[in-house]
Amino acid sequence: MSDDPRDELVEHLPALRAFALSLTRNGAVADDMVQDTLVKAWSKISSFEPGTNMRAWLFTILRNTYYSNRRKAGREVSDAEGVFTESLSEKPAHDGRLQMADFRRAFVQLTDEQREALILVGAQGFSYEDAAETCGVAVGTIKSRVNRARARLGELLKLDDDDNLEMTDQATMAVVTGARPAAR
Amino acid sequence: MGHTRRNDKEAEVIDENLRRVYQDMLDEKVPDRFLDLIAQLKSQDDDGSATGGDAK
Repeated sequence: MSDDPRDELVEHLPALRAFALSLTRNGAVADDMVQDTLVKAWSKISSFEPGTNMRAWLFTILRNTYYSNRRKAGREVSDAEGVFTESLSEKPAHDGRLQMADFRRAFVQLTDEQREALILVGAQGFSYEDAAETCGVAVGTIKSRVNRARARLGELLKLDDDDNLEMTDQATMAVVTGARPAAR
Repeated sequence: MGHTRRNDKEAEVIDENLRRVYQDMLDEKVPDRFLDLIAQLKSQDDDGSATGGDAK
């Protein structure tokens, strides 16, 4: 048996953990879910179609576990926000660039469904179609969740303030072009 | 166009930050417990399939 798709699992671990953390906002819960997902993926490998997107398949298992736990619990974990925002190291902000802490605080206020859609499409680079399949909803639903998530973040970060947007935009351009602000 | 330039700009700023947050998470070292778990699952399989008679 040479071509066991399970040999590929290791490659997806960082992405699986990042997705779990985005969803749960809690490092310990996220790692428990990754563990759960690995065990399930191992035993259900026959339901994976070789040649298809394994990452999407793993994300599907993970999110199904998460939502089924959430249903059982009947509510979301209430202290998750603090854990998520504090568990990651803070990088120094340059000039007008958004503070990462501000962004994280806003990000955790989105609904689970919005965070999930935004991470899949905006960060993980899934197509709308792959994201829709991963979440078991229509493509249009994913699009509207992504749009609403962006709009909500814009509100929370006050990007509707022209100065804020202008400043972050300049700083973003500096990052993209590799230029460094002179002062730190 | 229904899309305004400022909406595009806003989405750009948001996605840029999103990718940075996500990249930070991707860069975290994967704890050994997951590699151990995979090794354990693998060895369980090897034991279990030994009954089939195919040499490992």
